[in-house]
Amino acid sequence: MAHITIQDVRKSYAKTEVVHGVSLEVQSGEFVVILGPSGCGKSTLLRMIAGLESISGGQITIAGKVVNDLEPHERGCAMVFQNYALYPHMTVGDNIGYGLKVAGLPRAERTAKVAAVAASVGLTEFLDRRPGQLSGGQRQRVAMARAIVREPAVFLFDEPLSNLDAKLRVQMRHEIRRIHNQISATSVFVTHDQAEGMTLADRLVVMNKGVIEQVGTPEEIYHAPASVYVGGFIGSPAMNFMGGMVAPKQACVALENGCRIAIPQALAAAHAGHLVQIGLRPEALNLVPAGMGAFDATFDFFEELGPARLYHFRFEDLMIAVLSSDKPPVQVGQPMGLKIAPEAVHLFSADTGKRLEASQKATESVLV
Amino acid sequence: MIERTPILNIATHAILVFGLLFLLLPLYLVIVAASHSLQDVVAVPPNLLPGDQLWINLQAAWAKGHLGERFVTTFIVAMGVMTGKIVLSCITAFGIVFFDHRLKMPIFWLIFITLMLPLEVRIVPTYAVAANAFLPFQTLLDLSGITWVINAVSGVEVKLEWNLLNSYAGLIMPLIATATGTFLYRQFFLTIPEELVEAAKMDGAGPVRFLWDMLIPLSRTNIAALATIMFVYAWNQYLWPLLVVTDQSYAMIAVELSRLVPKFTATGGEVPKWHIAMAGTLIVMLPPIVVVVAMQRWFVRGLINTDK
Repeated sequence: MAHITIQDVRKSYAKTEVVHGVSLEVQSGEFVVILGPSGCGKSTLLRMIAGLESISGGQITIAGKVVNDLEPHERGCAMVFQNYALYPHMTVGDNIGYGLKVAGLPRAERTAKVAAVAASVGLTEFLDRRPGQLSGGQRQRVAMARAIVREPAVFLFDEPLSNLDAKLRVQMRHEIRRIHNQISATSVFVTHDQAEGMTLADRLVVMNKGVIEQVGTPEEIYHAPASVYVGGFIGSPAMNFMGGMVAPKQACVALENGCRIAIPQALAAAHAGHLVQIGLRPEALNLVPAGMGAFDATFDFFEELGPARLYHFRFEDLMIAVLSSDKPPVQVGQPMGLKIAPEAVHLFSADTGKRLEASQKATESVLV
Repeated sequence: MIERTPILNIATHAILVFGLLFLLLPLYLVIVAASHSLQDVVAVPPNLLPGDQLWINLQAAWAKGHLGERFVTTFIVAMGVMTGKIVLSCITAFGIVFFDHRLKMPIFWLIFITLMLPLEVRIVPTYAVAANAFLPFQTLLDLSGITWVINAVSGVEVKLEWNLLNSYAGLIMPLIATATGTFLYRQFFLTIPEELVEAAKMDGAGPVRFLWDMLIPLSRTNIAALATIMFVYAWNQYLWPLLVVTDQSYAMIAVELSRLVPKFTATGGEVPKWHIAMAGTLIVMLPPIVVVVAMQRWFVRGLINTDK
């Protein structure tokens, strides 16, 4: 059990700073997922926690102990790597037990622990094989077992599922969550896959360009993205954005072409006259006959998803996606009305990209 | 290249067979010469078919050249050189590849350019060092004035001396440094994924542990390849042992072999005993052949580096 505190941590290579002062608290036993596009500094942050990268500025504390200058193995972390990083010349059993061997644990004790851990991840019959004789999923299990066996206080995952096929990925996701619940370690998981982030995390950390954009539960982040970036990054299919100005009298946002999209009265009053970006989730938009909605858009094509369809519309020079489980019939090139509930409209400042709320207080609570 | 071209096949095989015969012919002549008596060897026209004296000649060469003792000496030196080269080049490459310091590349290039300075080129300074292994340090002390200071203060003349002539150390040590080996190891170490190094770090393995538990087991084919090349190299050493050894008990086998070859002197000298010399050659050739054949499988794998 360990609590991780990250205070204003920075990382620079020569003169380029890649992590610009990140602060984060991870509670003991929590599962935190750091989500972001490649190159956003998420892996660097994880590697600084692990001790594989030096910390250029700031402080990292694990279980109350400052770890900035500690060797990786002294930090009580175990890490699962993207390419598994198994020792190719050792059997599965030796791979799992290597950390214990280095720590000087007697052979008998080691064997017992390895056997127990191998059983818990279903590797018992493979203990004498080499990593080269295993499938991708099995190698991933070995990497997990190697981390578990050391009984770490902190579990670090560096995109561990990205080399697996889609089905196996979902299966391993469940397994990782199950193991986390079992051993009650603190877990930090880095990924660029938002589905992984949403499903695994107790709390989600969205990073972009070396800074944290938002921290919150997956639900908070989905329902109240703190910025245009987070809104566009989280949620699949992605959010639709349009530019406009808040018109408080009509309680709406007036788009550049004169269309009006209704928003709650309080929100409009708080940001009267503001230039904004509005974010509309594809699943919050409803299809209605032309002229009946907030605005009309021209149907282009749809993607069949099984339980629902993803319709693509053309509106001015924008593409607008609408997710509908009703699957109404539409014809290519025909206009349809798009309707949205005022509460479902996300409002972002046009200059800063930050979320706008009816009251400043609400904004603060979202930003944490 | 997989093609069905019978004519090309025949042509390439013909070239191959010709090359093989070209290589084997001298060896065949050695065997022929080693299997005849003295009269038959010097006969004109020469015999081109093997005779029946091979065993007798081998015994004579063995006794005359003290090949038994020479085998022991040479084997000790060859093993020493081989082991030394493997250990030294492994550690050097380890330092160059896995540690980050500013002198990394300069050091690598310094080692690399010694490829251009084989022992034959630097034989005089090397001999001077072998005569007194502390000579470089003595020179440093003299130049820096430390010798003078010590002499002035205590009246003691600093004379460092460590003679390596006529010793196994003198035979082995100058041959140990190897740029080829270092390069071979370096190229292999560079193929080891960064994540493997990091996983070992997370498991708490320090540098020595990592070298011992990961790198050495992973590079065993490289070690085998290097060992083969270096054993043969050391076994066949001639110039250096000739210079550094005057005491016959340290003579290497290639040097001894040259003594079996008859010398023509102004006074006529002895009758050239080619049959004995050739029989000796056959004996001396044997260990390298055995080593190469035994290590062949590893040797090829180590050099083409597919075992991963």
